[in-house]
Amino acid sequence: MNTQTPSPKPEQPATRLPSSGGAPAGRWLALIRHRLVWPLMALALVLIVDALISPGFFNVRIVQGRLFGNVIDIFYRAMPTAMVALGMAVVIGTKGIDLSVGSIIAICGAIIAWRMHQGDSHFVILLMALAAGLACGLWNGFLVSVLEIQPIIATLILMVSGRGIGLMVNLLYGGTNPSFTSPLLQGLSVGSLGLIPTRLIVGAVIFFLLWLLVRRTAFGLFLESVGGNAKSARLAGVNARFVLLSAYLISGFLAATAGVILTADTHTSDPVSVASNIELDAILAVVIGGGSLAGGRIFLDGTIIGVLVIQALTTSILTSGLPPEYNLVVKAVVVLIVLLLQSSNMRAAVVSVLVRRKA
Amino acid sequence: MAAIIELTGISKAFPGVRALDHVDFGVEPGETHALMGENGAGKSTLIKVMTGALQADGGTIRLAGKEIRPESPGAARAAGIGAVYQEVNLIPTMSVTKNLTLGRLPRKFGLIDWGAARAIARAKLARLGVDIDVERPVGSYSVAIQQLIAIARALEDDARVLVLDEPTASLDANETERLFEIVRDLKARGLGIVFISHFIDQVYRIADRITVLRNGRRVGVGTTEEIPSLKLVSLMIGRDLEHIEHQRPLMDTVASSKPILTAKGVGRRRLLEPFDLELHPGEVVGLAGLLGSGRTETAKLVFGAIRHDSGEIRIDGHHIASPTPKHSLNAGVTFCPEDRKSEGIVAELSVRENIILALQSRRGWLRLLPRREQDRLTSEMIAALNIATPDADKPVGQLSGGNQQKVLLARSLVSNPRLLILDEPTRGIDVGAHAEIVTLIRELAAKGLALLVASSELDELLAVSHRIAVLRDRRMVGEISGAEATREHIIQTIAAS
Amino acid sequence: MSEKYLPLTVTIGVFCILFVAGGLLYPNFFSTLVIGNILGDNAFVIIAAIGTTFVIISGGIDLSVGSMIGFVGVVMANLDAAGWHPLVSAPMMILFGAGFGALVGVIIDFCEIQPFIITLAALFLLRGACFMINLDAVPIRHPFVLEFSDMGISLPGGGWLSSSAIVMLVALAVAIVIAHWTEFGSAVYAVGGDAPSAKLMGVPMRKTTIKIYALGGTYSALGGVVYAFYTSSGYPLAGTGNELQAIAAVVLGGTLLTGGVGFVAGTLFGGMILGLIATLINFNGSLNGAWIMIAGGLLLFIFIVMHRFLVGSFKFRTGS
Repeated sequence: MNTQTPSPKPEQPATRLPSSGGAPAGRWLALIRHRLVWPLMALALVLIVDALISPGFFNVRIVQGRLFGNVIDIFYRAMPTAMVALGMAVVIGTKGIDLSVGSIIAICGAIIAWRMHQGDSHFVILLMALAAGLACGLWNGFLVSVLEIQPIIATLILMVSGRGIGLMVNLLYGGTNPSFTSPLLQGLSVGSLGLIPTRLIVGAVIFFLLWLLVRRTAFGLFLESVGGNAKSARLAGVNARFVLLSAYLISGFLAATAGVILTADTHTSDPVSVASNIELDAILAVVIGGGSLAGGRIFLDGTIIGVLVIQALTTSILTSGLPPEYNLVVKAVVVLIVLLLQSSNMRAAVVSVLVRRKA
Repeated sequence: MAAIIELTGISKAFPGVRALDHVDFGVEPGETHALMGENGAGKSTLIKVMTGALQADGGTIRLAGKEIRPESPGAARAAGIGAVYQEVNLIPTMSVTKNLTLGRLPRKFGLIDWGAARAIARAKLARLGVDIDVERPVGSYSVAIQQLIAIARALEDDARVLVLDEPTASLDANETERLFEIVRDLKARGLGIVFISHFIDQVYRIADRITVLRNGRRVGVGTTEEIPSLKLVSLMIGRDLEHIEHQRPLMDTVASSKPILTAKGVGRRRLLEPFDLELHPGEVVGLAGLLGSGRTETAKLVFGAIRHDSGEIRIDGHHIASPTPKHSLNAGVTFCPEDRKSEGIVAELSVRENIILALQSRRGWLRLLPRREQDRLTSEMIAALNIATPDADKPVGQLSGGNQQKVLLARSLVSNPRLLILDEPTRGIDVGAHAEIVTLIRELAAKGLALLVASSELDELLAVSHRIAVLRDRRMVGEISGAEATREHIIQTIAAS
Repeated sequence: MSEKYLPLTVTIGVFCILFVAGGLLYPNFFSTLVIGNILGDNAFVIIAAIGTTFVIISGGIDLSVGSMIGFVGVVMANLDAAGWHPLVSAPMMILFGAGFGALVGVIIDFCEIQPFIITLAALFLLRGACFMINLDAVPIRHPFVLEFSDMGISLPGGGWLSSSAIVMLVALAVAIVIAHWTEFGSAVYAVGGDAPSAKLMGVPMRKTTIKIYALGGTYSALGGVVYAFYTSSGYPLAGTGNELQAIAAVVLGGTLLTGGVGFVAGTLFGGMILGLIATLINFNGSLNGAWIMIAGGLLLFIFIVMHRFLVGSFKFRTGS
């Protein structure tokens, strides 16, 4: 029974790691330790299972001048969640969380439908939807960085009320959820450019821009330092308030992009059920991608892999003939496995079993 | 007299560290026994073993002649060994009653009898002569009262030993005196008291005997008469004091040049009385004073980490309206905070990222320092400061305390400061790193940097400073330089009331 | 008055103001009928929220509440179809809730990970299990369910305290006793107030964590039972979003989301405020359901900001 005693904390908790490199074993260790190995293995595992149960899984063909196939489909369907998850990765990197992304999507959708009804220029509508996402991010950021409210609580407010706001916006024109057509928005969402679906290009461009911002400016370092230790970041001259605010702005903006894609896809605004549970999928993707909810690190590439793992699971359940209801259960099991693998207690237990077997 | 508690040959090792090496320690009934040692000497490990928070690898503990093996703080307390730890102690959101009775709540018909619980709480406090409303949350009382509540909690009815780990760290003089009265009273009732404090003068006021630990070994034990303060300090730090005195800079005033930073009447209500300070190139100014005297606050006000509400700060003669860390950094002023873990390092980030953080924030977020430049600066710093790390991409949280401190110094130095503010630069680091940092401070001053060094270690200040500003009770009470700068004179200045 | 009771006082004050305002606006509002209805209609959420109160006081969070409500209903409906008496299946489901919650607690303790993500997995798992069992609503036809919904106490003034409300009030009384008159209750406050100190003070951390989530699971399962009786059916989508309502009820009830401070009794009023808003909006008739969400969010905002400054002043004096 050691539950009652504080765990013995050595004065220097530095764990001594075997030196990497040199011996082949060391190189293997270095490879296993690479942060992308686990998420990639999870993705590979799902895809291998897919290939086994449905032989034609990886087939890609061209239909009506556009690529089709399960793999394309995974990317295609994952795109809105990927946008949200990238924003979530940034926010989680600052030790925060954004629960309101689903609500932001609902609000953006409602604004698009409303302004369509009013007959605005579609380009202006696009800008308005994105601005609405920024405004929501500003609100969250204000609560977190200025009022210093815990992120999970601060973003809960918009999460609870956001879909209601969407419904209210719909009421502005009667709220009958009419469907609309817009060459611009639907072009972005369901159209294709050459062989490639447009939304994949949009997603790639946004990912690249975000990557530039996080890794090719010092912004990423500032985000991570604020997430790791806001006090020291401040003392090192980092404007922590501005950095936090920006993180929620980014998340709001990316949720708005997802909102545009999803709304254009369904041709209508449905604030109550659009993107339900998307915040949970996004958080899950960040965690699968190696991010810790304790903050301090942003893994954009890992997050994308995390989204793909989740979407591949969904797609493979669909193609395998299992009823789609299994999706949630499978997702839950995956989360549990990932969490157990990430826990140091579990690793210690596994190591001790292995060591005992060797001895 | 037979010891009430007797620890014999206690050893304890952590991975890579031998925290205790066959240490003997005993307390007699009615005795206050001070346990002294520098950070990392093994004091906290020893009391954790004594109070069941840790289990020793070897050795025996005898309580009133009977061997015991406390497996948890609860078990130790039940056996009669109470402890008040330095930081975590009570739950501020809970009532005093709950804090005092948690884990031993009296019951009636299976449910908690709050009337009885309140009575127990009042009785426990009454033994210490404290009479407060036991229904209010602990957090609504002053730190001094909280300290007494913690002691009341630690003392079972049949307590025989009480361990006080830095109990006076955040108390003022009156509160300390009240605590000492209580300690004397408990002593008179036959309790054995283990007293740990870094205030040497307090040790001589309250303790009967002293045990000194260094690097996990007992290096001295004796009555307070047998170990006078000079011997105590030399036992603790394991060096000749004279040796340090020799290395002192000549304390001569630096050739009158234009000051880099001038503070005139700078202060903040309820935090620090207004003070004047001038810092010249090539000059080291020390900030001396007891804990809580306002050393850290002075450093932070000068840096802009805390806003001042009176006076003005000038850098190079330019008035800085509202100094912030960012302004100061841009003007070439950097700061290494005292609390490394909570204000200094970003544990998750690598050595490299930690080192370039301040420089990068000075450049702004758009102009990322090129990676090659980052690597060059980092490896330069690792070499110059002798930072022990396998590579620059290791998370800084995995380094030892001394190396973390060096990384913080590197963060300051890499941004090419003209004024460097160091708050407790040698706290909690080993002797080797300690000496390296003292040498470094001298070298930096010789290169023309201005330094403001706050430290609780007087000898360290004497070893590096050209002038020493002395603080007492949140007020700057004097500036000492030249021949006046002796240990005795500074202690007198601190002690004068 | 101690600042400890301030949030609770504000909660009760807000409830009274809303109730009086309703009475002034609408003729038939100010009656025991309305109170009785609010209690009855929201009983299941308030029951679940009582469990969530313990979790939040301990500094944690439980997102699996809504899924548990749905899951319990679906299983009970299927057991009903298989000929089980509801009085057998209901205790069984409550036991299941306790066991499931305990398992969640074990994982939280073992993985040393934020409860947020584990209970999120639990949310997925239970909701997914609902869908695996049924895709559509299944009625519960046992005559006992009808008898249950006919049971109740008539209140002076024409009101009716339904059996759901009575179960809720009994559950609340039990929770108040647990929170304030047991060692475990004190441990919950201690863990939420300052976990490291609680550990040093000898609070058994693992046991307490497991018990907290087991209690949360028990109460959400009980909420599910009440909901199944209330609707006489099991529906796989039942309870969706109820975890948010439960959290909102807890916060509106004056419990600090930072842990350590709060009252189970406050949650009753928090839940009733939410019910009152819905009733007010329904009485109005011209207002849309969207207003319920927006008003809920607005109140949440006000309370959170208020708590934020209360905690701020609290911390300042603690000096930590």
